[in-house]
Amino acid sequence: MTDASNVIGPERRPDLSGARLSRRYAAERRFRLYGLAAVMTGAAILLVLIGTIVANGYTAFFQTEIALEIDFDPETIDPDATRDPEVLRAANYQVLIRRAMQARFPQVTDRREKRTLSRMVSSGASLKLQDMIMVDPDLIGTSRRVWVKSSDDIDSFAKGKIRRDVPDADRRVKDREIAWFDTLDSQDAIRSKFNTTFFTAGDSREPEQAGIWGAVIGSFLTLLVTLMLSFPTGVLAAVYLEEFAPKNRWTDLIEVNINNLAAVPSIVFGLLGLAVFLNFFGLPRSAPLVGGMVLALMTLPTIIIAGRAALKAVPPSVREAALGIGASHLQAVMHHVFPLAMPGMLTGTIIGMAQALGESAPLLMIGMVAFIVDVPGGFTDPATVLPVQIYLWADSPERAFVAKTSAAIMVLLAFLIVMNAMAVVLRKRFERRW
Amino acid sequence: MLRDKAVTGMQLTLIIAALLILSSIGYAMGRRRAVAAGRGGALRLHSRPSYHGAYVALWCALPSLLLLVLWSIAEPRLAEWLLIARLPDSIRALDPDRLGLLVLDVKNLAVGNIVSREIDPALQAAAEGYNRFLTLSTAAMVVVAISIGVVGAARAIRGVSPAFRARNQVEKVARNIMLAASIIAVLTTVGIVLSLLFEALRFFDQVPFFDFLFGTRWSPQTALRADQVGASGEFGAVPLFAGTLLITVIAMCVATPVGLFSAIYMSEYAGPRFRATAKPMLEILAGVPTVVYGFFAALTVAPFVRGVGESIGLSVASESALAAGGVMGIMIIPFISSLSDDVMNAVPQSLRDGAYALGATKSETIRQVIFPAALPGIVGGMLLAVSRAIGETMIVVMAAGLAANLTANPLEAVTTVTVQIVTLLVGDQEFDSAKTLAAFALGLVLFTATLALNVVALYVVRKYREKYD
Repeated sequence: MTDASNVIGPERRPDLSGARLSRRYAAERRFRLYGLAAVMTGAAILLVLIGTIVANGYTAFFQTEIALEIDFDPETIDPDATRDPEVLRAANYQVLIRRAMQARFPQVTDRREKRTLSRMVSSGASLKLQDMIMVDPDLIGTSRRVWVKSSDDIDSFAKGKIRRDVPDADRRVKDREIAWFDTLDSQDAIRSKFNTTFFTAGDSREPEQAGIWGAVIGSFLTLLVTLMLSFPTGVLAAVYLEEFAPKNRWTDLIEVNINNLAAVPSIVFGLLGLAVFLNFFGLPRSAPLVGGMVLALMTLPTIIIAGRAALKAVPPSVREAALGIGASHLQAVMHHVFPLAMPGMLTGTIIGMAQALGESAPLLMIGMVAFIVDVPGGFTDPATVLPVQIYLWADSPERAFVAKTSAAIMVLLAFLIVMNAMAVVLRKRFERRW
Repeated sequence: MLRDKAVTGMQLTLIIAALLILSSIGYAMGRRRAVAAGRGGALRLHSRPSYHGAYVALWCALPSLLLLVLWSIAEPRLAEWLLIARLPDSIRALDPDRLGLLVLDVKNLAVGNIVSREIDPALQAAAEGYNRFLTLSTAAMVVVAISIGVVGAARAIRGVSPAFRARNQVEKVARNIMLAASIIAVLTTVGIVLSLLFEALRFFDQVPFFDFLFGTRWSPQTALRADQVGASGEFGAVPLFAGTLLITVIAMCVATPVGLFSAIYMSEYAGPRFRATAKPMLEILAGVPTVVYGFFAALTVAPFVRGVGESIGLSVASESALAAGGVMGIMIIPFISSLSDDVMNAVPQSLRDGAYALGATKSETIRQVIFPAALPGIVGGMLLAVSRAIGETMIVVMAAGLAANLTANPLEAVTTVTVQIVTLLVGDQEFDSAKTLAAFALGLVLFTATLALNVVALYVVRKYREKYD
């Protein structure tokens, strides 16, 4: 037996390699599919995110308006015919709107119903009439058709956000109001117009009068402070650390420090701002100045790290050539290396600014979360910024603020896209590769 | 208060503008003098004329700027001290809090704001004195700053000579300015540590350290009156830590598989064209502000999770940890994928080629060669992602709950450290109450935890990195 087996040689095991190979290939395909699925998940999430926000928000760019036959009654506005601006400003324009609504629906007699009727119009409409009279007092005594904003509920209804098929009791706009709305609509007294208020007004408790201009200006002022502080500091620090710093324990410490600072949660910077800038130095609360200072500290590591990478990318030959023809170290760096590294530094700065623009947590800590109607006029005026405005609106109970929030998000994202596109263009056009 | 700040702000800008003009005049004069000195003399100028000009300008601007900074720090304190010193004894005998309020009122009076208390002659006099001092001090500051500038410039101009090493001096100053700029980063850290530590220590005076760290009940409403019922203020932070941990774990469960697999696909499988579209897409996801994610979580994801849960018969809180954690996971996906992508790209091609030569398929190469080689970097990236998730604020503020539940059920509402910091500090606050100080103690914990994670992450990356060269 042993002899025979010696002759035949070792017994061959059955050849399973084909099956094993197909199993391995199946595993390979599965693995690849997982990867593709992961990327697609990312894409799908992005689509859903953008989709929800656009779907919720695009209606906020339009505003439903109601046409009213306003009778600018001299008795109500200016009984003594003084034409004194003070008298004109103090007049009760709300009455004019109420009368116009009642003239349209004379069949409504019940007091409560009358009140509901006049609530179809925004409470800001009287301001529009006031403005008209202030600009042109000759309107007094005339009668004309004026388009005024509808209230936020009517606006939501007109946009289909409040549905007719919901039972009356669960609906914010009641059957009666729907009937009135339909009557107005059949008389061509309803229209949808581009909502300029949204881009020109400050915050308001009434959704139809709220706008983002105050927050945009607040963001602009805050970012201006951030830029003025963090760009020079960051660039100088980057130049020092990359070009001049001796290699010793201290510079190691600074380096580790900057890397750690880049990973500190943003809210901690807010706590720092509250404890140091507000409570110790006594700077004003809610001010773009303080917000900008806090964000500057936050973006500083980003700018330094990007700046160092840009400086590192400049080949040493440039430096050596400058030194070789007798430039001092500082001259070599400032006249030759620094200009070549500038596009990279600017790219890093823009990215840091984009981060700062989207940041809200530290600003909550220093009181930039207050309800502020006025558009800020200076660095120490109370202000809010765009992301915080979004946060405030998202917290509001009114249904119409959902659309406003989404619209504000669209504006914020547009700003961010512009900034990032700028960074990309800068990188593409000016960054040289050696 | 606001008004006088604005006024001094404008004055400061004016003084600084004046100093800048002065120093540019100094620059021109210094330069001219250097050119003149270089023209006639037998000696060649050591430094270019512009360096002499810059030297003069620096001597003109720097000392006065330094003075301005010191002055604006000292002035309000000095003014307040003088104000108190001049008040009648009867008022000065008040306890510090009420005295502080009174001082605030006097300051308001001084800038012409309306004050709530009755204005008596003593206060009026104090306000006038305060105003007088401020006017005087501002005038003095202008005169002193400008004259220091002029004297400095004059001194420097006199020193211009061909042998003078102006360039070396200017470069020394420039280097020191750059050093100062890089020290700001260190000062920021010191500021964070000191302010957190200082306030947290004051908190631990009122609430024992171990009660805070190991207590299991969190209800930070301190009593306004001594006899108030049900508002004793309990500061056991364990529910917050547990909530933070729960949300972080959920976030990592979402982000790790998606992020890691997309990194693998992008670095190993995808062609350049696919990469060119997919990578910017992930970058967009990374650039979306967190407040947008928070809105998305609260508006879309939370109702969706609740709806799905209820359709299969589970009771889901409307601010469930699952929704907040899930959206936070989405936020972290690009973070993990870009870090892992970089690390896997850094694995040398020769390792891949070696594995292929032994007959391994692509996925086997990835699983058995590239992934182990990249593991330290990936682990480091994950730790950084965890630290991001712990410190993330807006998503949880908008989508997670406020009530401190000690639970591991992802369908219930939990609260996190950052949410509590925000709720404790937003709105009106008295600065000495335990409630306000608790936020700083929580901030200290947060800072320590993220710092530790970052340090460990860097250590892991450095220690276990394979060296291929």
